[in-house]
Amino acid sequence: MTASVKYDDVQVGTALPKQSFQIQRINLVQYCGASGDYNVIHWNERIATSVGLPNVIGHGMFTMAEAGRVVSDWVGDPGAVVEYGVRFSSPVVVPDDDKGATLEVSGTVAEKLDGNRVAVDLDARVGDSKVLAKARAVVELA
Amino acid sequence: MPLNRAFIGREYTSDQTYEVGREMIRKFADAIGDNNPAYRDIEAAKGLGHPDVIAPPTFLTVLGFRLGVGPVGDPELGLNYALVVHGEQRYVHHRPVRAGDVLTATSTVEDIRDAGKNELMTIKQEIRTTEGEAVATAYNTIVSRGTAEGASA
Repeated sequence: MTASVKYDDVQVGTALPKQSFQIQRINLVQYCGASGDYNVIHWNERIATSVGLPNVIGHGMFTMAEAGRVVSDWVGDPGAVVEYGVRFSSPVVVPDDDKGATLEVSGTVAEKLDGNRVAVDLDARVGDSKVLAKARAVVELA
Repeated sequence: MPLNRAFIGREYTSDQTYEVGREMIRKFADAIGDNNPAYRDIEAAKGLGHPDVIAPPTFLTVLGFRLGVGPVGDPELGLNYALVVHGEQRYVHHRPVRAGDVLTATSTVEDIRDAGKNELMTIKQEIRTTEGEAVATAYNTIVSRGTAEGASA
């Protein structure tokens, strides 16, 4: 693998470029098809609200994938992401309007590890709601 | 109704395999809106040192839905999928997943426990090629909402 970021150029506290992702119903439908996760709560408002959810919610794995792009875009080579874990702390509610939900993701180098690896902590929010907790990726830098 | 705790410790090996195809990687990358050329362009992937196009870091979720994740579909477990939300997910990649991989998964139910009104089930998946090369280890915790003993769902 060939990360475009050098281990020696990175310090604890180095900020990764922030990104913002617009999540609409069409994105969830497309993710259903690509992932194979057709859980009705991701596309059927009637059933989602009947089981106590505020509305259709996004796939946690979709949020995880979008947040991970802050890391893979930073290093260039997605194969440099050797570990990636999150806790889904709050659902991403996706209303049936023209805007959907706006996911804002930032990342910070939290730790320098052996083997040219660094741990990056991610912060992912929709409005005031923190949708991922304990979100951390380990990447192997050049 | 609470989940059947007798499932804790059970191990499942898929009787089917999952062949990672270039078009499936492209479809998944399109769905997450990720334009990284390593997912689509063989020459770009080779330029990064990979033998073929690689899959995004969360791609293995596809394998879970295709091969099944342990006992999730087993009626004896008592899981109502409409009450399920994802709790936690972690991947340890031993190497990137790439086109041409033929993968198999062994899942172990590590734990089922109450968390307030909800129940949490954690499944560990070892993903290997059919030749036995370790590719990734996945840890998946799902939340069964309102099904803990004594909770009114």
